Amino acid sequence: MAVAKVCGIETEYGITVHGVRDANPITASSILINSYINELHGNVDWDFVDETPGNDARGFARESFPPSEVESHLVNTVLTNGARYYVDHAHPEYSSPECISPREAVIYDRAGEEVLRTSMSAAMRAMPSGQEIVVYKNNSDRKGNSYGCHENYLLDRGLPFGKLVKYITPFLVTRQIIVGAGKVGTESPQVPKGQVPFQLSQRADFFEEEVGLETTLKRPIVNTRDEPHADASRYRRLHVILGDANMSEISSYLKVGTTSIVLSMIEDGFMDDLDLSLYDPVSSLRHVSYDLTLKRQLRLKSGKRMTGLEIQRVLFEKAQEYRDSRGLSALGPSGDGDSVLELWGKVLDVLETDPMQLSDSLDWVAKYRLVMGYRERNGLEWDDPKLAAIDLQYHDIRPAKSLFYRLGVRTILGEEEVKAAVTQPPASTRAYFRGKCLERFGDYIAAANWDSMIFDLGSDPLRRVPMMDPLKGTRDHVGKLFDESANPAQLLDSLGS
Amino acid sequence: MAERELKKKSTSQRTEDEVVDATAPSGTEKSEKLKAELDDLLDEIDEVLEDNAEEFVRNYVQKGGQ
Repeated sequence: MAVAKVCGIETEYGITVHGVRDANPITASSILINSYINELHGNVDWDFVDETPGNDARGFARESFPPSEVESHLVNTVLTNGARYYVDHAHPEYSSPECISPREAVIYDRAGEEVLRTSMSAAMRAMPSGQEIVVYKNNSDRKGNSYGCHENYLLDRGLPFGKLVKYITPFLVTRQIIVGAGKVGTESPQVPKGQVPFQLSQRADFFEEEVGLETTLKRPIVNTRDEPHADASRYRRLHVILGDANMSEISSYLKVGTTSIVLSMIEDGFMDDLDLSLYDPVSSLRHVSYDLTLKRQLRLKSGKRMTGLEIQRVLFEKAQEYRDSRGLSALGPSGDGDSVLELWGKVLDVLETDPMQLSDSLDWVAKYRLVMGYRERNGLEWDDPKLAAIDLQYHDIRPAKSLFYRLGVRTILGEEEVKAAVTQPPASTRAYFRGKCLERFGDYIAAANWDSMIFDLGSDPLRRVPMMDPLKGTRDHVGKLFDESANPAQLLDSLGS
Repeated sequence: MAERELKKKSTSQRTEDEVVDATAPSGTEKSEKLKAELDDLLDEIDEVLEDNAEEFVRNYVQKGGQ
């Protein structure tokens, strides 16, 4: 039986400082996050004990532009909604808390946008007039530099990794037809300039391997980082680095939802008779991304040829059988499984007939129509900087400047639930415990991590509360303990820590 | 300005069921509606675009990402 698909979305934002030439992005990211923390008061440091140190940048060069009243040291912090907000390499990154369903993952990713917006406003108040830190929720600077939007999924440790790679790869390579965020042009050095005016995905240009550990060079379609942030004898965490950052809630929901369904099928051995292995997954990834007709055939290892859309259709039909025989309860208790499956089918129907009708739903279609419309109206060549600017500004998250918001793309979430998620943790994962500890007893938390909380009560040695099961520490488990504890010592006593 | 845009978004918010309905092939009516909405946006987009597109695109450099 597939384990609950606890999931989360990590978004690295692109960052610029308007009004400052050659601003240091690390400093800018630090200012942004510190501005948010100052706004909220109090700061809890992230604990690096269980992290791989090489993955986190620690040094930075101070430049002249930071305003004196804002500290610009490198920041790592944990929010009361259970998220981590920090400087990763040279970008601000918001890593959502562990969520129980795809819909919840989208809520907390959107809450991250709110956090970034508040950060930008707070930073602007502290900066000299004419200077503004601006972030973009995209994955490329159009000059060959990329930054990620990673997804994480909880998996049963019993699933052999080789089997996972075999069955997930054809799905990941072809899902961009639905969930790509679209890009004007290409950044692949192998492709002659002008040959790809527009493509489905932001990230496809940057992947060079089928499987591997890297995330910054020679990026692999399936990342092998084995860092479960949980009991490693029971769980694995699949770290998906291939995806685009989505502006559209529908794209984001389908991204996490369809991936969760396919992973559950693989875990349950339901895909064992369905070998869609691609002959050359890395080339196929680009072929799919570069083909707006969705008709290009990919070569399978079996010798068969199928389009990306046909592969998605086969996987969707398999998922229907899976739902009928096993159910989709792994996608959470609120019926997300059925709702994702239905939406997946409807979207494939339209992609097979008239993709442009999805310009009010999917990112790549919305962006493509906008760029095409502007190009035709103004008689522009594809390499006109205005089209590139439209591409970038689609991902601006400031309401007054974002082209995405102006497109009126359909939404699936209510504004209130997104707003609540900025401060309140998910109820059905350990993120609840993390968030509530910070909300109630933040002054006594020395450090926080995905799988532990460390309390400093003053006189005693530091006390560490392990959280090795992502499905424990929920509101049902510990809500009452928080209600009954007037101080952190009482909480720790009732936990027996 | 920012507030106005947020309000604009909330009024166009639709439920998940409608999303599913709307993605079903429904012929020319939907295509025409989408075209009209796009035309409206194209009428006003130059006011929103960054002043100097070339400089904006050139200065947007992001190193050190994953």
